[in-house]
Order: sequence, then C-alpha cells, then structure tokens
Amino acid sequence: MASEFPQNHFDLFRLPVRFALDRAALDQNYRALQGEVHPDRYATATSAERLRSAQMAALVNEAYQTLKSPVDRARYLLHLNGVDTQEETNTAMPADFLMRQMEWRETVEDARAAADIAALEKALDDLKREAAEFETQLHTALDEKNDHARAADLVRKLRFLDKVRDETELAIETLET
Amino acid sequence: MALLQISEPGKSAAPHQHRLAVGIDLGTTNSLVATVRSGLAVVLSDEEGHALLPSVVRYLPGGNVTVGLSAQAQQSGDPQNTLVSVKRFMGRGVHDIADIGLYPYRFVDAPGMVQLNTAGGIKNPVEISAEILRALKIRAEKSLNGELAGAVITVPAYFDEAQRQATKDAATLAGINVLRLLNEPTAAAIAYGLDNAAEGVFVIYDLGGGTFDVSVLRLSRGVFEVLATNGDSALGGDDFDRRVFCWMLEKAQLPPVGPEDTRLLLTKAREAKEQLSTRSEAHITGVLSGGDVINLTLDNATFTELTQHLVGKTLAPTRKALRDAGIAIEDVQGVVMVGGATRIPQIQRAVAEFFKQEPLNNLDPDKVVALGAAIQANVLVGNKDETDLLLLDVIPLSLGLETMGGLTEKIIARNSTIPVARAQEFTTFKDGQTAMSIHVAQGERELVSDCRSLARFELRGIPPMAAGAARVRVTFQVDADGLLSVSAREQTSGVEAHVTVKPSYGLGDDEIAAMLQSSFSHAAEDREARALREAQVEADQLLATIRAALEQDGDALLDAAERDALESSMTALQSALASAERDAITHAASALNRASETFAARRMDASIARALTGRKIDDLKV
Ligand SMILES: Nc1ncnc2c1ncn2[C@@H]1O[C@H](COP(=O)(O)OP(=O)(O)O)[C@@H](O)[C@H]1O
Ligand SMILES: [Mg+2]
Repeated sequence: MASEFPQNHFDLFRLPVRFALDRAALDQNYRALQGEVHPDRYATATSAERLRSAQMAALVNEAYQTLKSPVDRARYLLHLNGVDTQEETNTAMPADFLMRQMEWRETVEDARAAADIAALEKALDDLKREAAEFETQLHTALDEKNDHARAADLVRKLRFLDKVRDETELAIETLET
Repeated sequence: MALLQISEPGKSAAPHQHRLAVGIDLGTTNSLVATVRSGLAVVLSDEEGHALLPSVVRYLPGGNVTVGLSAQAQQSGDPQNTLVSVKRFMGRGVHDIADIGLYPYRFVDAPGMVQLNTAGGIKNPVEISAEILRALKIRAEKSLNGELAGAVITVPAYFDEAQRQATKDAATLAGINVLRLLNEPTAAAIAYGLDNAAEGVFVIYDLGGGTFDVSVLRLSRGVFEVLATNGDSALGGDDFDRRVFCWMLEKAQLPPVGPEDTRLLLTKAREAKEQLSTRSEAHITGVLSGGDVINLTLDNATFTELTQHLVGKTLAPTRKALRDAGIAIEDVQGVVMVGGATRIPQIQRAVAEFFKQEPLNNLDPDKVVALGAAIQANVLVGNKDETDLLLLDVIPLSLGLETMGGLTEKIIARNSTIPVARAQEFTTFKDGQTAMSIHVAQGERELVSDCRSLARFELRGIPPMAAGAARVRVTFQVDADGLLSVSAREQTSGVEAHVTVKPSYGLGDDEIAAMLQSSFSHAAEDREARALREAQVEADQLLATIRAALEQDGDALLDAAERDALESSMTALQSALASAERDAITHAASALNRASETFAARRMDASIARALTGRKIDDLKV
C-alpha cells in the first residue's frame, strides 16, 4: 500500500529543507511524533500495530538523529540533491588542512603518552570550536550560495574532525579506567 | 489502548476495564513488587508486612523450594543450597565470574550459562530468578485479588543483551507476561520526576548490591529522555562486603575457610558495612565452625581506605555518561541517589564532591525502582491516559559485526535511542562465494575477541558471483526492551536469513519450553484449558479493538473492498471462537492481524499528521 508517510526527514518534522535548523521546533515535533508512534503506546495493541509502531519509532529516531547532527544533516541535504559526499573515496584535502590534522593527532598522542587528561579535554574543546566554524561555513555554502561541491568538501573535513574527536575521547576513557 | 490514540479527548473508543499490572524490581539483594492503586504507586507487602523480598532461594532435597526471608535465615547453615545474589550470574558463563572462589557454591563446569549443583538438582540463574519472580507474582495476585495482565520488569541499564534476555526468560518461566523490560535508573527517574515535578537534566546514580548504573536524563513535561547511560554490571555493595571479608581473614589470621564460614563472615562483613553508615565503628564478633572466635573492630577510616578504589570505579562510568550526553557538570540540575549502597557516607561524599552539589536523598532508595516500574506498567496496560508519560531510553553498549582481521564494525552505537534499526551492506571477497558467516558482538572494543559474542549465523545460497559483486545487507533491530534481532539479505538474489539473537550464554527456546513443562504442576488438561482461555481472551480483545477502530476511522481510511476483506476476517475469527478450538482461534487471529496491517499503518500515519497539526495549533495559542 502507498503510505502517506512524509517523503523526507524535514517534512516528517514539518521543517524547511535547509541547513539552518530551528532546534526547538525539531525537539518539540520529535517528542510529539514519538508520543504517537512509540511502542509504549501500543503495548497491548494488535501485532500488526506493534510491528508498525516499532518501525515508525525507529524511523523517527533515525530522522531525528540525522537532523540533530550538523554533519549528518548536511550530508543528508546533499543526498537529497543527488550529491554523493564521497567520504570513503575522496580523501584529497588541501595541504594546510592536512597539516592541521597532523598537529591534532600529535597533540592527542603527546597528551595520551603523558597521561594528561586535562590536555585531552582541552583538545576536545578546540575540536568543537573548529567544527563549529565549519558548520557556519556549511550554512553559507548550502543555504546561501547553493554550492554543493564546497559543502561536500566541508562534510569530508568534518568527518576527519569527528575521527580525531573519537580518538581523543577513547584516549580519555582509556586513561580514566 | 493503542488503537485509540487518535480518538478525541474524553471519547474513549473501546470498552475498557481496569487491568491488573505490576512493576517488579528483580534486585541482586532484594526484590519488590509494586502497583498503582487509585492513582497512587504502592509497594505490595507480604502477609507479615515485609515489602522487600530478599533475593534468596533455597533448594531442599525432594524438590521443595523456599524463597525470601526464610531462605535467607538458612544461608549460613546451608550455604551451598541457599543461593544469594544470583543476578550476578544472569547471562554469564563460569569464566566471566571474577572471584569465583569467594562463592560458597558448587559450580558445574559446563559451557554456556553458569549452573549450580544444589540439593534440588542442577539449577541455572534463569530458573533461580524465576523462583523469585514467581513468589512476587503470587504475592501480587493475592494482594490484588486477581490474575495479572502483565508486568514491567526492571534491569540494570548497563545489562547487556545476554543479561536482558536471561531476565525475560526468567519471567516467561515464572508465567509472567512481560509488558516491558525497563532500565532501573529510568524507573527511578519516573518515580522521582513525577513526584517532584522535576524539569531539567538529572543524573541517576544507582549502586545496588551487585550492579552500578548511572544515567543522564532530560526531564520535561512528562517526557523522560535518557541522554546516556553507563555503569558496571559487576560492581555493588557485595564488593564492599568482600573487601571487609578479606580484611577480616587477614586481621584474624584465618586460614582459607569453608563454605559455611565464608557465608557467615560475608554476612558479618555486610552487617559491619551497614552499621558504619550511621556509626564510626563496628564490632564484628562470631564463632567459626572450627571453634575459632573472631572479635574485631572496624573503624570508618579503615573501611573508607579498604573500599576507596570501589568508589573510584563508579566515577569513571559517570564521567563517560556525562561526556556521551554532552552535558557539563554545571548543567546537572540534580543527582538522584538510588540503591541501598548509596547510604554509605563515603559514596555520598564522593558524589557530592564530583557534582559540586549535595545529592538528592528524599526518596526511599530501596523502593523507588519498583514504584517507577509500576507507574510504567499502569500506562502500558492502558489504565491511564497515556499522553502524559513518554520514555525515550537508549542501549548501553554498541552492537556490531566481526569484519576482516577480527575487527568489530559498529552498526549501532551505544546510547542510541531505542527502538532503532540500522542496516549496512557487505560483500563477498572470493569469486563464487555462496555463503557468508555473520558474527554479532556487543561492546566498545576494537577487537571482536574483546567484545561479548552474541550470536553467529550463516547466510547460505548466495548465487555464485565475482568477488565484490554480491550485496549482503545486514539489518540490526533493537526493540523497546533493548533486545536485538538481526537479519541478512543478499540484495541481488533476495536470499534471506534471520536470527533472533540468542546469546551464547543464553538458553534455547527448546530449553525454556522444557523448563516450562517441568515447572508446571498442572496436569496436561489444565494447561490446555488455560491456553484455550488465553487464546479466547486475546481474540476477544483483538475483535473489540478492531471494531472500535473501524467505527472511528473505517469510513475515512478504507474503501469498500478493503473494509469487506477486513470484516470477513473478523467473521472468520468469530466462527473460530464459537468452535472453541485453540488452533483454529489462533490461526484466525493471526490472519486477522495480518489483514489489519494496512489499516493499522494508515491509522498511524493519520495520527502522526494530527500530532503535528495539533502542535501547530498549540503554538498559535501561546
Ligand atoms: N545502611 C546501609 N549502609 C550501607 N549499605 C547498605 C545499607 N543498607 C543497604 N545497603 C547495601 O545495599 C545493597 C543492596 O541494595 P539494593 O538497592 O537493595 O540492591 P539490589 O537492587 O541490587 O537488590 C547491599 O549491598 C546492602 O548491604
Ligand atoms: Mg536495585
């Protein structure tokens, strides 16, 4: 049967299809939707409904997570526009960015070796700031300039930062335990 | 009831009577059962007025079993047949258990879940837990004077797949209809949050007898959203007892002691620990089986020193949970203390210092989990207007697959909101490869051998293709109980394989069936009669639900042909009901269920549309 389920994640939450996000509206509509579809609402329902409820609730969660994260949201917008971000294949980065990458990794490596949790926490903060900067640029590229190539480039850079962040968090966790 | 979600407020669309539902806190040390009576959550006590049921089961020769206080009273006299803290063994193999020498039990050396040799035969933790659950079920049915429609059973948030499945199996074995497995800290948050009209970010710090959980939740107008959870499913008050026990052996210069003395000394250790929560020193006296007399004094400073590292062990998971939640310590509105072991002053101090605020102790740490579970059970069973409580919980540990080189590829990250479904594509690496083996694991580590192995299965019958041409899509689905199912499908040929994950340390369906069989004292005819009655009740409910839904939305959402088809399935079920044959009824009921799928889907779509439109209207009014 043809479901009338909204076409894309933005429509699902009644949000405009763009990078800039009304986070309060997203959160509010997410809760309203889960309030309808969550399996807790269907604990004693027919098995057909329980199945449907689990599927819908998972989909609503997936859509929410995608829109909540700037990099996932940007990738998703590009995907809606038929643009592949080529994160696995296209690893060509400008030299200055690669330099920056190496510096990050060295900082994390040194701090790990010195068991310096404070330095690692600081690195996390710096990473967050750097990511925020790229996110501002994503807003310009996607919402104002409609520059998909530039946006895909930024998504790849953010992906790099995410990896460094994961490594940093792992280093902190290992030191803490 | 669920189908009725889109009815107008105040217009109840289905006939509905109050159904008996309970929340059960199946604890390491103590277990409780609670219910909602006249809108108020209350713990149900036994006939002597005891609310806590010690989680102790004693097996006697000849098949008799005692549970609770009477069993606990015998633990030093009959330590090998009196099982305490069995929750620590749920979903665990012998090799998983640290300090196995400290337990006065006869472990059976066999693969799979731990087994214990008792006077009543060989028992596994699922069977032992089922005894505790059965005792609580009987208590509840006596006290409420009727049969239970279902129960919410709590589990530590940090319980993995194997431990959750084992808990659910124990409930099945006890004849309990599990409405939901609910995480203990989330249950505590419900009870706390609703009572205190709390809003904002709260941390639940739950240190019980054998498990530690920490959850970070955002509370806002009836929505309980778990942002992250962490913990240690083998850390609790028991470990503090062990430290004191070892200190006693050392101080009194005792040689290794037998099972009776071990149990006696552990009990003494626990008493001393509990006394130290309100006093500055505790005297430990006793006579061992060989006549040795112990007479020791443990002061607070020594106790603090002995157990310092255990306190520290709770803070690392706490930091992780906060980091995963993206919450700074300053953002935390309050820290709610749950579990008996949080009465230890040293813990109170450590938590206060860590969060830079005094923790909240204004609720009974023993009862709050059961009360929260009762509230949730009441909602799930449909006794309450559901729109004022929504729980959004997470899975505690990442789920993934083994890939080349023994590495883990994460499919679902820890702290993902459930239910969640995610798929990933893999391909063959040899020309003409017709099978692919899939190894599912849980944990955060990079090497699959460092994670907990959950299941292995094979996808066979892939048509021979060049290496890399097959596209195998593996889908992970985690339901609202936090339980996983995995399926795999080769996309170009449509070959499929599906497994419900039965963890390596779990029990097979056949084993559970066999245990069920032997646990029922009823004669076979009784069982058949009961099964028939259950099928009839379910079929009646199904018919009533669909009838009500049709009345409400049938005209709007179904065309004449679709409606006819659905109605003829209903008629078929009605005639099956008249026949009083169980197989016929269950067949017709599942046919009706299938026939109603489209209708269910459309109703849900419609309710989604209304939810968002309703939201807009609300916004305009503000
Ligand atoms: N006054 C107290 N001081 C210190 N520990 C206590 C006190 N009361 C109970 N405990 C400890 O709390 C643990 C049991 O907590 P509980 O929340 O009932 O556990 P569980 O949920 O695992 O059954 C035991 O280790 C017990 O010794
Ligand atoms: Mg507990």
